[in-house]
Order: sequence, then C-alpha cells, then structure tokens
Amino acid sequence: MERIPILKMGRVLLVTIQVDMHDRLALALQDDLTTRIAATGARGVLIDISSLDVVDSFIGRVLANIAAMSRVLDAQTVVVGMQPAVAITLVELGLSLPGVRTALNVERGMELLRAALVEEEEEYDAAGEEDAGEGE
Amino acid sequence: MPAKVSDTYSIRSDADVVAARQAVRARAVELRFSLVDQTKIVTAASELARNTLVYGGGGSMRIEVVERPPRTGLRMVFEDSGPGIADVEQALRDGYTSGGGLGLGLGGSRRLLDEMEIVSAAGQGTRITGTKWK
Repeated sequence: MERIPILKMGRVLLVTIQVDMHDRLALALQDDLTTRIAATGARGVLIDISSLDVVDSFIGRVLANIAAMSRVLDAQTVVVGMQPAVAITLVELGLSLPGVRTALNVERGMELLRAALVEEEEEYDAAGEEDAGEGE
Repeated sequence: MPAKVSDTYSIRSDADVVAARQAVRARAVELRFSLVDQTKIVTAASELARNTLVYGGGGSMRIEVVERPPRTGLRMVFEDSGPGIADVEQALRDGYTSGGGLGLGLGGSRRLLDEMEIVSAAGQGTRITGTKWK
C-alpha cells in the first residue's frame, strides 16, 4: 500500500503530506508515526499540510490523534502551513483541532519545537542541580 | 428548475470518496466559486460521500449545475440504500454519531452549504441533497 514518507531530522520527525489522502492512508500515517516515535525516541513531530486543499473531519481527527499519541510518547506535534481557506472551513465545520499546536510555516514550526525542547532541558538541568544541592 | 449538467459517480471505496471530492472541486472551479467556497463545497462533499460509504454501505453521488436566475448553483445528491436515518434531527446535531465518527459530518456539511435536504427513513435508504449558490 501507498505510504506517506516520514523523514528524521535530529530529534524531529518530519512529514510533508502532498497527496489527497484517502482515509486508510491517513490511518496508516497515524500508525507509522507512533511506531517511528517509539522506535527513534524522537521528541518532536512536524506535519506540513500546506499542500492539502481539504481537511475534513476525518483528517482533522487523525491530526488530533497524532498530537495526542505523540504527547503520550513524550514527543510534541506541530502542524504547519494550513491554507487560510482550509482554516476557515475547518472552524465552520465545527473542528478547532483542540490540543494540536500549529505554526504558519515549517520554519516557525521548527523554532517552536526547538524552543520547547530547550526549555524542557533547562527545566531538567535545573531539577538535577537542585537534587545535587540537597545531597551535599 | 432543470439541471444544466449532471454527472453521477459511484461511491463504493475510500478511493471513490477521493475521486468524488476531486470531481466536485473541478466543477466548483469551473463555476468560478471563490477559493473559500470551493473549499467549503469540497469539504462538505467529502463528509457526505464518507457517510454514504460508511453508514449507507455505499451508493452514488450526482453533481448538478442548477440555475435560479440570476444565480448559479452547484448541487450534490448523495443516495444510498442503506439502513436509513431514523431521526434526522438527531443526526444533524453536532456530536451525535451512530458510528465511530466525530458526529460533525451532517451538521457541519449543512453549515458549509447554503441548502441541505435529507430524505430518509429507517430501512429506506438515504438521499441527501446539498446546494451552494454563487
């Protein structure tokens, strides 16, 4: 079966959806991504949907599922590049993609992921120092 | 109000749903709908075609170009001979689903289109007619 390719860039998995996805293809992407997150220990997922001229309730639900599943696997998802007409239609359809972080384009999405990962590391380091301090 | 153009598409698989929305897109572009309206029509087509497949067990979509001078409209008629909808009002409510969906398909499609009519009864199949005017 046809598959959407998933690229790995450092700690981030990158997906560019360039075809009009039928439902099973969208579900396959959901499965493939969760498998890859677990296998690679990726901390971020960036999904570029700038080529999609339709996002209906099914694809919207798949995007929300991917965001939720990656969160459970300790990775963050950012969906980037949604066309304005698609955004207007999604909201009117009744779907506001709760729990899905979005950014205007790939560049800003990457910045968002990088900033989130750095922040996490700083928190982790700070917690580590505190623990070390208590031990003295 | 006679239909100027009429095409019928079979909806029996996932790939047919994709083909149906692409056919609707082509017609909407031809009729020079704005990009936002094209997107709304195609999204509604996708929702309704999926319903025909998943809940109706497959069926057909007819695309018509209709005239109500001075306006031109794109009309889509989805028909299946599935189990039908026992309570249409309930089915239109957001969040109501008899399957595994989000329950946005019917109510959402009605918001995206200008007119939507549902003719159905339990055991009688379903016909949904949706129109967007330009």
